[in-house]
Amino acid sequence: MNENRVINDNTEWDSVIGEQKSQLNFNFKEIWRYRDLLILFVKRDIVTVYKQTILGPIWFLLQPVFTTIIYVAIFGRVAKIPIGTAPPILFYLGSVTLWNYFSDTLNITSKTFTDNATVFGKVYFPRLILPLSKVLSGIIKLGIQFSLFFVVWIYYIFINKQITPTLYVFTFPLILLTIAMLSLGVGIIITSMTTKYRDLTFLVSFAVQLLMYATPIIYPISTVSAKNQIWLWLNPLTSLFEAFKFAFLGEGVVNFFWLSYSVLFTFVVTFIGILVFNKVEKRFIDSV
Amino acid sequence: MSKDIVIRIENVSKQYRLGQIGTGTLSHDLKRWWALTRGKEDPYLKIGVENDRTSKASSEYAWALRDISFEVNQGDTLGIIGKNGAGKSTLLKVLSRVTAPTTGQMKIRGRIAALLEVGTGFHPELTGKENIYLNGAIMGMTKKEISRKFDEIVDFAGVQLYINTPVKRYSSGMYVRLAFGVAAHLESEILIIDEVLAVGDAEFQKKCLGKMGDVAGDGRTVIFVSHNMQAVQSLCSKTIYMKSGKIADIGPTDQIINSYLSREVNNRVSVSWDNMDDAPGNSVVKITGAEIIAQNQKEDDPITIKTEIWVKYNLYLLKEMNTNLSVHFNTASGLMVFNAASPIMNLAAGHHSGTMKIPGNLLNNDIYSIRLLVVKDGTTIIYSIDDLLTFEISDIQREGNWFGKWEGVIRPILDFTLI
Repeated sequence: MNENRVINDNTEWDSVIGEQKSQLNFNFKEIWRYRDLLILFVKRDIVTVYKQTILGPIWFLLQPVFTTIIYVAIFGRVAKIPIGTAPPILFYLGSVTLWNYFSDTLNITSKTFTDNATVFGKVYFPRLILPLSKVLSGIIKLGIQFSLFFVVWIYYIFINKQITPTLYVFTFPLILLTIAMLSLGVGIIITSMTTKYRDLTFLVSFAVQLLMYATPIIYPISTVSAKNQIWLWLNPLTSLFEAFKFAFLGEGVVNFFWLSYSVLFTFVVTFIGILVFNKVEKRFIDSV
Repeated sequence: MSKDIVIRIENVSKQYRLGQIGTGTLSHDLKRWWALTRGKEDPYLKIGVENDRTSKASSEYAWALRDISFEVNQGDTLGIIGKNGAGKSTLLKVLSRVTAPTTGQMKIRGRIAALLEVGTGFHPELTGKENIYLNGAIMGMTKKEISRKFDEIVDFAGVQLYINTPVKRYSSGMYVRLAFGVAAHLESEILIIDEVLAVGDAEFQKKCLGKMGDVAGDGRTVIFVSHNMQAVQSLCSKTIYMKSGKIADIGPTDQIINSYLSREVNNRVSVSWDNMDDAPGNSVVKITGAEIIAQNQKEDDPITIKTEIWVKYNLYLLKEMNTNLSVHFNTASGLMVFNAASPIMNLAAGHHSGTMKIPGNLLNNDIYSIRLLVVKDGTTIIYSIDDLLTFEISDIQREGNWFGKWEGVIRPILDFTLI
């Protein structure tokens, strides 16, 4: 009977917890099993935002509209930052919408452990479900906001005839996917690092604000001097935002080398993020 | 045979750092990391004390669980009992995968659903229906499973009318019923329950216990953690008794509960002072000893509400005096249950002793402490001593289905008629 047990040991157990030798055994199967929870979390995030409001999801649209108006006024009219030949409204609306997606997702995923400590302390489910749900609900929000950009874009193509779209617009899903992965990867690394030492939390929101100015959001990279451009290219978001602008506005610098760098950077960060997150999630509740 | 084992715990230990987390641990973290990178043993795992909360720890690390090993078979109903701080909750957290053990392994066959709290993840803005789905999914059910059980859950909670109302508008009773309803209808093979029974009114508790009995009857495995001996006794066939992070005893429930009560609860608390200089007292009287004697059939049986109790006391008078004793009986919460006084006697100098008898079926279950007063001429208090003896009366034999704390200070058996 004893021998029998030894043989059965590693094959028949559904899960074995504790003292795992390898850092790499990440349970993607389990996440798949909890896919219904992922969907319900996404639904919760979307639905609860506009409960007890009259305008409902329309509120999602107001955020980029207001930001765009402010940017057009301050950066365009007052500071007169050159943005090339693209219409300012389209220029700001597009990059602001996309940037908000990145920064909102990063800000919220970087607080995964601390924000959800009460739930995590009471019940087990694969912890990665939560940041994943934030990435997805952010995409839905972005979709709603993007419809506005789309309308304005169509207007400038067919009525105003100020811009000519390129076929590269079809690469947008890939650009978005890379941005989503990057925000998830960086976010889960930060949340894993802040379960014990909270110092970093204070820096994150500040760093994200700074990062906006280090990314071509309110200016195109072509306006930056050649000497300084290299520093901006090192920011993996630069290529992605330039590619986005190139696809939709026909203006932007797409450099294959730096684009590959951004994608590679994203994959490495996401991979490290999942590793660290996977390690921290097991015991973080003891130190949170 | 081995197929029947659904949970196997192997040498599971859980270590916690005492004091604050996040101050001054960086150096420890670095040392630990350095040791582990060189392939050496974790330097902080060697030290660490047993988790005895009554004494001050001598190390910075404490073991909340130490070398726990046991197996749970398919269809078992396992109770886990122990005092506060014995490691029950930590064990529960490890079992429910909220936190991982420091060392050791846990192997599971089947899905585990843990009910450490009812209504985890309930969102106040969402409706009852939406929350049923969300909460069920958090507990590991799929949408399909929840849909199948949906009507049953709503029926159990009795919230048909309010199912499309946000739960923030629910009364607290409705909220708890809905939350427990979801939990009670989980389809996991293993169900872990913390003392969620502490919520709700008597009727609802009865319903919950009944539901849990059904779950166990279905051949599913239930692990139940409680302070409530009554509930454990009625639900569980097998019980683990935890003490200071270790398994003190494991076996059939009745046997373990008796072992727990006789070891944890001081059945015969006694104090005595052989040396007259150490004995409490003054220049007139010294208390030389006192004892609680339970008039049980067997010596090791616990004091229950049915037990007759004798309080025995020894004192030494330094001079002749018209003496009487007064005994104050207080509950742990400081409420005085009674003050009994002995008749006044003229006693010579020297040793004296006596007993006071408290009949069974008088006091409710609680922890009691005794204050003894020595009185001269029936008027002047010569000496008084607080908490001379402390002991617990437990409640284990009860009929019916109500397992909550019996209300009231005393609990006499009275003659009732009902025509």
